[in-house]
Amino acid sequence: MSKIIEGLRYADSHEWVKLEGDIATVGITDYAQHALGNIVYVDMPEVGDEVVAGEDFGAVESVKAASDLISPVSGEVVEINEALEDAPELINEDAFENWIMKVKVSDTEAIDELLDAAAYAKICEE
Amino acid sequence: MSNKFMPHTEEDIRKMLDKIGVEKIDDLYSDVPAEVIFKEEYNIPSAMSEIELRRHFNELGKKNRQLTIFAGGGAYDHYSPATVGHLLARSEFYTAYTPYQPEISQGTLQYIFEYQSMICELTGMEATNASMYDGATATAEAMFMMVAAAKKKNRVLISSTVADAVVRVVETYARFHGVELTVVAEKDGVSDLEAIKKELEKGDVAGVIVPQPNKYGIIEDLTGLADAIHAVKGLLTINADPSTLAVLRTPKGWGADIACGDGQTLGMPLAFGGPYLGYIACDKAQIRKMPGRVVGATKDADGKRAYVLTLQAREQHIRREKATSNICSNQSLMALYATIYVSLMGKEGLKEVNKLCCDGAHYLYNKLIGTGKFTPAFGEKPFLKEFTLKTDLDIEKVNKHLLDNGFMGPLVMGEGLVTFAVTEKRTKEEIDQLVTLMLEA
Amino acid sequence: MHIKTISMKYYDKLIFELSRPGRKGYELPADNFGTDGMADIPADLKRTEPLDLPEVSELDVVRHYTNLSNKNFGVDTGFYPLGSCTMKYNPKINEEVAAMPEFSAVHPLQPAEAAQGALELYYNLQQALSNIAGLAEFTLNPYAGAHGELTGLMVMKHYHRSHGDEKRTKVIVPNSAHGTNPASAMVAGFEVVEVKSKPNGSIDVEDLKPLLDDTVAGIMMTNPNTLGMFETEIVEIAKLVHDAGGLLYYDGANLNPLLGKVRPGDMGFDIMHINLHKTFSTPHGGGGPGSGPVGVAEHLVEFLPNPRVRKNEDGKFYVDFGKDSLGSVSTFLGNFGVMMKAYAYILTLGKENLKNVGPLATLNANYIKESLKDDYLLPIEGVCKHEMVFDGLKDKSTGVTTLNVAKRLLDYGFHAPTIYFPLLFHESMMIEPTETESLETLDEFIDVMHKVAKEARETPDEVKNAPLTTLVRKLDETGAAKNPILTYKALKNA
Repeated sequence: MSKIIEGLRYADSHEWVKLEGDIATVGITDYAQHALGNIVYVDMPEVGDEVVAGEDFGAVESVKAASDLISPVSGEVVEINEALEDAPELINEDAFENWIMKVKVSDTEAIDELLDAAAYAKICEE
Repeated sequence: MSNKFMPHTEEDIRKMLDKIGVEKIDDLYSDVPAEVIFKEEYNIPSAMSEIELRRHFNELGKKNRQLTIFAGGGAYDHYSPATVGHLLARSEFYTAYTPYQPEISQGTLQYIFEYQSMICELTGMEATNASMYDGATATAEAMFMMVAAAKKKNRVLISSTVADAVVRVVETYARFHGVELTVVAEKDGVSDLEAIKKELEKGDVAGVIVPQPNKYGIIEDLTGLADAIHAVKGLLTINADPSTLAVLRTPKGWGADIACGDGQTLGMPLAFGGPYLGYIACDKAQIRKMPGRVVGATKDADGKRAYVLTLQAREQHIRREKATSNICSNQSLMALYATIYVSLMGKEGLKEVNKLCCDGAHYLYNKLIGTGKFTPAFGEKPFLKEFTLKTDLDIEKVNKHLLDNGFMGPLVMGEGLVTFAVTEKRTKEEIDQLVTLMLEA
Repeated sequence: MHIKTISMKYYDKLIFELSRPGRKGYELPADNFGTDGMADIPADLKRTEPLDLPEVSELDVVRHYTNLSNKNFGVDTGFYPLGSCTMKYNPKINEEVAAMPEFSAVHPLQPAEAAQGALELYYNLQQALSNIAGLAEFTLNPYAGAHGELTGLMVMKHYHRSHGDEKRTKVIVPNSAHGTNPASAMVAGFEVVEVKSKPNGSIDVEDLKPLLDDTVAGIMMTNPNTLGMFETEIVEIAKLVHDAGGLLYYDGANLNPLLGKVRPGDMGFDIMHINLHKTFSTPHGGGGPGSGPVGVAEHLVEFLPNPRVRKNEDGKFYVDFGKDSLGSVSTFLGNFGVMMKAYAYILTLGKENLKNVGPLATLNANYIKESLKDDYLLPIEGVCKHEMVFDGLKDKSTGVTTLNVAKRLLDYGFHAPTIYFPLLFHESMMIEPTETESLETLDEFIDVMHKVAKEARETPDEVKNAPLTTLVRKLDETGAAKNPILTYKALKNA
């Protein structure tokens, strides 16, 4: 059973979002890291890039799979998790602790349209 | 139905049909709509024995002429050591498939690793793949890499001094894929760096492609180009002849982000245009945008040194339409060719080959200028094995006369412009004879 | 005694590690030109870095690469049932004729009158493939199957554009297709639309119908499909696509079982590529060079890529650049050396034997299928064509996976089948025997497959640890991908 944290918002493409003020922290879920296996590379956006909800902002690569990262939010990237450049496996260790990017979001209310923990848990069960 | 490649006796067929539970082989096609079943005979010749086949190939072979070649244009008559062909004929190499089962493919994987090491050494770059189809398609893939790296910019510049055949392919790939390609006209036989810089100022350029040496054989001075491109966050690709890099400034030395080109010059037979091999090399920063297969060193469960296909997640069989390229093979056996060739020639041999080409080419150049019938096409420009001259001679007539005497003369590059190539296989006597023939035509 | 393990010698030196300063493996003629050309090249145009290439003797090179060859498994080593790859025997006469200096010394830009033999061969092969495929004409320029796909899709796009039809931006690809299909469509600048497959892997015609509008350029298909099953509704599919103004592209990856029985052109396909390295016996070369000729129906001939090889009225052959062509996809005329081998193969078999290739390949595949379905899970019943797909072992309780079975086969001297493709099943195991294998070889393979199934029940841990007898064992692929070491220099510094 994968870990799901209450209080965060989720996309059905397996990203999580934590909103603090107008800054959204984005990562991939524990379920996603399990499905991918040993992660060897994270293709991250650059600070200053504009990301759009529903569009890809990077990719995660394991030995045998690669998956696009779909942004759950729209806005400007203000920080990326540089630790992942040298140690992408951190996501396997703790997918919620090791976020990928922080975005200054243009529309904080849009976050409410994302799934809550219970709804996301249902998707993972399917 | 038995044949030397199909070992089925009537008894075998009977046994197999019984096991399957059908009466005749045609029953295995009972699911095929009758209207699409092919009921005629193929319109191809009757089966030939080896004796007849050899005779047929000999007859065809006689209709080709073996010429003393003084033309290049992307295919050079370099020397192929006997050892290479001999080793390539080992069927453990050529009857293997792509090394997807590394435990029983260490031979293929290791030579690709050695090939990668050599290409990186020659170009100065950090990474390369297991090889590409040819130099032209490798250049087109370099264009895609630059666009992918630039994310939002979609325009690429290519100098008109890149070989015409390469530009044709890059132009085709760009048109279909939707890359905006601008051919920047040359100036005095070399890339017009000022014109390129002007285009860069427009701010929408993902990358620039220039050759080394160029289609006229001129070694271009690319000083300042990489800095200008990097200043606008673009990338520089240099299409370089890998053989010449033993003596010429490397793509890395010019500040290139990507090096690519055709490996035919590493001793491969002309073979009427193929198989050759394309190479593409880059620095680690671009490695995940690089198409094709890559071999990496690793260890097995017992700690033994071993090699494996790596970075596979970028590839088409995983990424499908999100892949960086549709490439799913390489010219593996030609990569082995290059590897064995470079091993034999080694550090000194490759330099010596270049010196021989260069001295022979300069000898021919001096002789032709000395006749008074030729002048340098673009002033005195440095060259290695290929050079271009201007002449008033009726070159069509000259080339015809050369052909009648067993020579392949220079390539015509435009009105009164002719490009000669001299490899280490050409002797002083052949060059003297070429010049005599040209004058008497 | 009949123990058949792959006997290979473990040898792990790199050619760079044999290097000794001053040793050499070449001899060149003396330089008697009396010029010093290199002196005319300005210093800042020259290489300044040291050149760290091997310095070895000729015998060093010969032994080294002979030792490397002994670490490889090829068709000549043993049975290679790799699904979708058509690993048939590579005839030796092909290699002999392809090495003839009368061809290998011909420059690609040599005047046509001095290359008539090469051009005639090229032309004859174009004609033979056109007849075998039931299409009007072929180009032999594409270098590989994926390159053929890209070229064929360019023909498709160019055709629509030449009719002023710019809105056809989509290509339909079955969700069961090989990954190159969508990737090629992407490179050719198309948007990919997936059509669903039915449980038996065939295209779901009801799912296809609503997709067919005036934005569709065409559809890419293999037939037999990825599961080795014939697409029985092909005639209807062709009509639907054509009625919607689209074209049908045939991916020749699975052409082998149709030789002698069905021609793609007769099924309604407009464009196709052939893998000479599959159907026409040219060696795979450890990953290439291959050759992916593209054939088209009459109405598309003018769009084929340049250069083209044509025949004059007086019987002479020449190289032509057509003005309506889509452009060029290769420097010269493609992998000519590979074409020579395919041409030799066609002539060796001739019209009398080539027609038996498909039926015997299909016979071999069905024999394996019927012989293994007791131990391996056959998800789709019915006759297959050149290959079949099992969904792993029937008995799933042992925990032995398809990967384990594949690796165990290596211990018994066989190459593994294609595994985990197609993606329609979790434990896919795709087996293609080809027509060149004898009943005895098939029986040996079948015996070993049964033996592995038995081992899976009785000693599953042994199977899970396979391979046990190969030169190297399970490799650290994660480490290789996380920290890529791609060169000797990087390995030295690692």
